[in-house]
Amino acid sequence: MRLLRATGLLVLLLVWPLTVQAVQPDEVLADAALEARARSISHNLRCPVCQGESIDDSNAPISRDLRLVVRERLLAGDSDDEVIDFIVTRYGEFVLFNPKPEGANLILWLAGPGLLLAGLGVAFAYVRRRGVPVLDVGLTDAEQSRLDDLLKK
Amino acid sequence: MIVELGHFALVLALGVALVQSTLPMWGAYRRNAALMALAEPAAMIQFVLVAFSFAALTYAFVTSDFSLRLVVMNSHTLKPMLYKVSGVWGNHEGSLLLWVLILALFGACAAWFGDNLPPTLKARVIAVQGLIGVAFLLFMLFTSNPFLRLEVPPLDGQDLNPLLQDPGLAFHPPFLYLGYVGLSMAFSFAVAALIEGRVDAAWGRWVRPWTLAAWIFLTIGIALGSWWAYYELGWGGFWFWDPVENASFMPWLLAAALLHSAIVVEKRESLKAWTILLAIMAFGFSLIGTFIVRSGVITSVPAFANDPERGVFILMILAVFMGGALTLFAFRAGSMEAKGVFSMVSRESALVVNNLLLSVSAFVVFIGTIWPLVAELAFDRKLSVGEPFFNAAFSPFVVGLALVLPVGAMIPWKRGEVRRSLRPLWPALVLAVSVGALVWAMQTGRSALGPVGVMLGIWVVLGAAIDLWSKTGRGTIGGRFGRMWRVPRADWGKVVAHTGLGVTIFAVSAMLAWKTEDIRVVQVGEAFPLGSYEVTLKAVDEVEGPNYLSTMATMEVRRAGALVATLTPEKRIYPVQAMPTTEAAIDYGFWRDIYLVIGDAQENGGWAVRSYIEPFANWLWAGTLIMALGGCLSLSDRRYRVAAGAARRTATGVPAE
Repeated sequence: MRLLRATGLLVLLLVWPLTVQAVQPDEVLADAALEARARSISHNLRCPVCQGESIDDSNAPISRDLRLVVRERLLAGDSDDEVIDFIVTRYGEFVLFNPKPEGANLILWLAGPGLLLAGLGVAFAYVRRRGVPVLDVGLTDAEQSRLDDLLKK
Repeated sequence: MIVELGHFALVLALGVALVQSTLPMWGAYRRNAALMALAEPAAMIQFVLVAFSFAALTYAFVTSDFSLRLVVMNSHTLKPMLYKVSGVWGNHEGSLLLWVLILALFGACAAWFGDNLPPTLKARVIAVQGLIGVAFLLFMLFTSNPFLRLEVPPLDGQDLNPLLQDPGLAFHPPFLYLGYVGLSMAFSFAVAALIEGRVDAAWGRWVRPWTLAAWIFLTIGIALGSWWAYYELGWGGFWFWDPVENASFMPWLLAAALLHSAIVVEKRESLKAWTILLAIMAFGFSLIGTFIVRSGVITSVPAFANDPERGVFILMILAVFMGGALTLFAFRAGSMEAKGVFSMVSRESALVVNNLLLSVSAFVVFIGTIWPLVAELAFDRKLSVGEPFFNAAFSPFVVGLALVLPVGAMIPWKRGEVRRSLRPLWPALVLAVSVGALVWAMQTGRSALGPVGVMLGIWVVLGAAIDLWSKTGRGTIGGRFGRMWRVPRADWGKVVAHTGLGVTIFAVSAMLAWKTEDIRVVQVGEAFPLGSYEVTLKAVDEVEGPNYLSTMATMEVRRAGALVATLTPEKRIYPVQAMPTTEAAIDYGFWRDIYLVIGDAQENGGWAVRSYIEPFANWLWAGTLIMALGGCLSLSDRRYRVAAGAARRTATGVPAE
């Protein structure tokens, strides 16, 4: 146990600077509306060194820096899009969780709706082919008389 | 010694699987009863051998046999027993062995419970199952052997990733694999039926319970994973649209579609070719999921390029099975003539819409998951696809599905009228819309997500209740309640599963829309407000666990002065893997969870504290459980047992040849 504690302390010292957690109290802006915008922007930006975490959730130091940059830009009066552009020009579109619908990305955005429309078309054609004539309601005379017979019994 | 026997059993299992996949298939082609009869013992022997091999690996983990490379990499003598056992499948090689074990188990189940199948179909199903076994046993023995020894065993192991040392995650992979691999049965049935060239109502009835079982396991597995993420990762999120999560979600969506289309095959002998295709694709997506998770190609392309052996092998398996099955499908699909006719407005059409929405939504998840890879390879663009994309692209499908569901569930087979089916549903619609509007009016300046979720949830849940009520016939209310218990289990299953979906949709939107968050520095002894609660940081202590060190805060939650809960969020360090984790403390409640996280000590004294109120969090887990329960009810329906019994009776009636 003492060995565990000693190694534990050593590890603690080594990794301590790395364990900054997601948004820290000292980062939070005094203006609640501005802070809310900062949160929603940083929620959509990816931490450049993590596995699929947003800078809002990430513990990496670079994410903290980026969160601070976002807030600086907001305080400087930038709009949401300007802040995002500011960061994308420096870190590339890799940090965008929501790929911009332009160029090749149009395939990504239109694949779903496109397939849905195509599927609807195919399904419609199929169902029509399988369709029964709508007027064919009720029983034939022979069936009706047989039914009457059965009901009488 | 035991380890060597385990290794040897695995090699033997490969031999047996080779026999299982070839001779019965040949026997079915030549109508040779003796060769076909080989399928049954082969499937059982293969299962016993793989099970022995799995037991041997478990033994090595439990006794901390550090001459085994895998044990050294993933275990430690100080680790609690539960995690020594779960460490068996907490890594690539071991999880593959579990995969193969479950595959062999399903093969053996087909042998045990397959008495009512025609002999040729049964032989072919087991043979296809054996063929999948061959592929994965080869994969394991050549690229990921769990039984590799070390020449010089170290004194102790390197421990399991502490994030994985958790009861939720200990049982998450087995359930998920039962689901993934359960879909292999649907695949085997589909391929066997294509070879036979016959798909009829009976086939639909046989394939449905397997798909249902797989879907139930997938539901539970995904829910466990999501629950784990919720309490372990420390910010109260429950779904991240991470590639690994998506890998399990796509087969779930397709399995749900398959469940519904198999009903049409069973009851109306329509949609046959589509159902076969779905069965093939559902398992295909299980394989794709395995590829995504096991090769690491999506999370890190360079890592994949440096060690492509495993990924390429799985891709080959995927190509062979999907390519083979789809080629077979292309040749045979035309011969599967549909019998039942139905009009534009009918249960059949409603199920077609269900299938369309479910499978296109699975496709949306798929393209979002692989798009970063495609963009990098084809367009040389490094980009990410994450939560905002999926929320925007996937949610409309859920909304569409939920809107159509109650109506579709009540439209009669063959031909119906929307207006007549809507008539009993009017109260549900009115109530759903008005409550949704009320919620919309009460919350100012927030997103429409909450109200829409409330509306859809009420609509789906009430719709399910009305569906059940409509099955009790006419008469006095008391009489109808009495008859409710005589409604077949399959119908109960449908109603319960749909209710679960409604609850889940509501809970997801409530959690996303109405979460309360608070981040601040708190001094020991200080209190701060959280919604209508007051939280006090009482103390922060250093505590020692079995294999970790912990910084544990003691916090009191009060409401109007009365103590609600005393919570102890922790921050742990696992020295062996040098990894810090946060352990959130949660007060689970019916209406809300209070979720507290302790952060770092601040320079000016005090601690960073993160606190959340998660509304209706438990409703989410309850909703998924209700869905799974609905599946179980449906699975226990008499129909499947009656069919089995009837077949046995005729079997004994035929004189021996």
